[in-house]
Amino acid sequence: MAERSKPKVAVWKFASCDGCQLSLLDCEDELLAVAEEIQIANFPEASREVIEGPYDVSLVEGSVTTPHDRERIQMVRKSSKVLITIGACATAGGIQALRNFKDVKDFINTVYANPEFIDTLDQSTPIADHVKVDFELRGCPINKMQLVEVINAFLNSRKPNTPPHSTCIDCKLEGNVCVMVAQGTPCLGPVTHTGCGALCPTYNRGCYGCFGPKETPNTNSLSSWLKQSGANDDQMMRAFRGFNAWSEPFRKESESHD
Amino acid sequence: MPGPNRFEKKANLMTKKTRTIKVDYLARVEGEGALYLKIQDDQVVDVKLKIFEPPRFFEAFLQGRDFREAPDITARICGICPVAYQMSAVHAIENGLGIRVEGPLRELRRLLYCGEWIESHVLHIYMLHAPDFLGYQDAIQMAKDHKEIVQRGLQMKKAGNDIVAFLGGREIHPVNVRVGGFYKVFSKKELSSLTDKLKWARDAAWDTVLWTSQLDFPDFDRDYEFISLSHPDEYPFNEGRLISNKGLNIEASEYEDHFEEEHVAHSNALHSVLKERGAYFVGPMARFNLNFDRLSPLARESAREVGLNGACTNPFKSIVVRSIEVLYAFDEALRIIETYEKPERPFIEVENKEAEGHAFTEAPRGMLYHRYKIDGDGKILEANIIPPTSQNQKTIENDLWHYVPDHLDLTQEELTWQCEQAIRNYDPCISCATHFLKLNVERV
Ligand code: SF4
Ligand code: SF4
Repeated sequence: MAERSKPKVAVWKFASCDGCQLSLLDCEDELLAVAEEIQIANFPEASREVIEGPYDVSLVEGSVTTPHDRERIQMVRKSSKVLITIGACATAGGIQALRNFKDVKDFINTVYANPEFIDTLDQSTPIADHVKVDFELRGCPINKMQLVEVINAFLNSRKPNTPPHSTCIDCKLEGNVCVMVAQGTPCLGPVTHTGCGALCPTYNRGCYGCFGPKETPNTNSLSSWLKQSGANDDQMMRAFRGFNAWSEPFRKESESHD
Repeated sequence: MPGPNRFEKKANLMTKKTRTIKVDYLARVEGEGALYLKIQDDQVVDVKLKIFEPPRFFEAFLQGRDFREAPDITARICGICPVAYQMSAVHAIENGLGIRVEGPLRELRRLLYCGEWIESHVLHIYMLHAPDFLGYQDAIQMAKDHKEIVQRGLQMKKAGNDIVAFLGGREIHPVNVRVGGFYKVFSKKELSSLTDKLKWARDAAWDTVLWTSQLDFPDFDRDYEFISLSHPDEYPFNEGRLISNKGLNIEASEYEDHFEEEHVAHSNALHSVLKERGAYFVGPMARFNLNFDRLSPLARESAREVGLNGACTNPFKSIVVRSIEVLYAFDEALRIIETYEKPERPFIEVENKEAEGHAFTEAPRGMLYHRYKIDGDGKILEANIIPPTSQNQKTIENDLWHYVPDHLDLTQEELTWQCEQAIRNYDPCISCATHFLKLNVERV
């Protein structure tokens, strides 16, 4: 296939740890084959080459935390036919959204160097707060096989096959013994979006919600359960205030314990 | 593609004038950085490695969290070396609580670290750094001419990822590390499922050492202060004293007496310097030079085979040293699996108590320091984290000050590319470097 006719894919980074875009390079078995099918037009972590837009698919990692990035995401949207956000930073503001709960003065008071050198917004916000997003892929980090599926789906103009059920259901499918029932370990599985295959319970620990809330999660009922098994408000607040703290359902639940 | 040796000096066509080298968005590094370099006549007058990656303020929001959350939270500073953050965090906290994790659990932590060194180093060798030496924009273009080599690199990287995914549950932000040990441990038989692939990869790592040693290197040796952990019996991962070739020899609790951080206008990352002597160098070359005799015999043999015997002072050759460390990590992983016995319990119980703890461990890119202060309820009162890239930043700039004057005869495109390559010698991880606290807030 001639270079020109291949779909152009770009990867954009906002405030993040780079983990989600690294998932692409972690597709060791698929990478060269995928690269045959697409043109990697802008992926600074992997290549010096920058090919001008417009792009057929843009993958966006990270959250918006600076005035400059607030402008840049508009430019990304304008130059992209399809915009897919990858990971908890991009879909929910990420762990850095913990700043959103603090009075920024708390931070300023701890400043000791030269604060005038740095520009930042007082909130870390998801990409969808700023521009239209065509698809959101969850996880901190995303599941790389889901990423391959989503890219494939968009390039073939079909709907990605990424189920919406809870991590709790995954556990049942895996045949795991429930860590809450068996060990009394707090677990966010019942309210967390699937995607990891119930990794944490498989490793003998409770889910900490890194794939974010599932659709219409009953966070309230989970909190009652946590309370019954001895959790205090601070523990419940922290349980919901993690990598997806700024997602609406988790935010509301954590605020009710604050 | 460039000629046989792209570093060879060409006829001196230099004319007196002002030149600037600018790279607005450094590629093939993790995170967001830029380079600005100004030359007047034949003098370099300004070098700035600019870091504009937005800070994420980890140390601020760690305050008030339970210390048991620190390994998972700090992992998110960097998706390339999450294990390093998890290891420095648990060791610092355990140091404060006065517990020591020994025996098979300690070995499993080394094994996990081997996996991370491999995936991070191989990513850098094959996908981020080698394309510079061979004149490609990226590894995918390189694969058009060198498919087998790129495939070998990808499969080696995968072998490292397999270790992390097996022990940790997934390659990026593994879920199995906790203060006191692991959530789940494996039988010897389960671990041995990794062996065949690792043996293949160890051979591939040997070939990688030979392959990288045949790349073209410019003559560029400097007198650096190398700093790394050093342990009497082993090549350092999680434990040891911090030493240098210029007389430093301290434990983690003394770290902040000897180092300080400078905040400079052009960088969102702090420059870390030695109070007494300024810039220093951490990472594979520092470890290699300071711990050569504690590499495995096989890794040492490979080094000698390519003419390195523990005194490498040319940062362009860091790609060879990284390859030797990859070989070591495969060798060490196989040793650990072979001698492993499943521990009785996956972790040591820990209890809340008022504490202050410090630790440094060797992240793929060099020493990573953590300090935590904890109250009697297990809440973190204070956290301090110094990643490798903030430590190397000044040395990277110094390299450019020295490198550029001897290469002014290059075209703009060539000189720019070589400056980028000189930066990539350090595998800088800019996401790591800018996790810190200081900020200027604008309301949304
Ligand atoms: S979602 Fe998690 S893994 Fe992905 S970039 Fe953000 S912090 Fe990293
Ligand atoms: S079980 Fe929960 S915290 Fe663990 S990986 Fe899955 S979604 Fe993330």
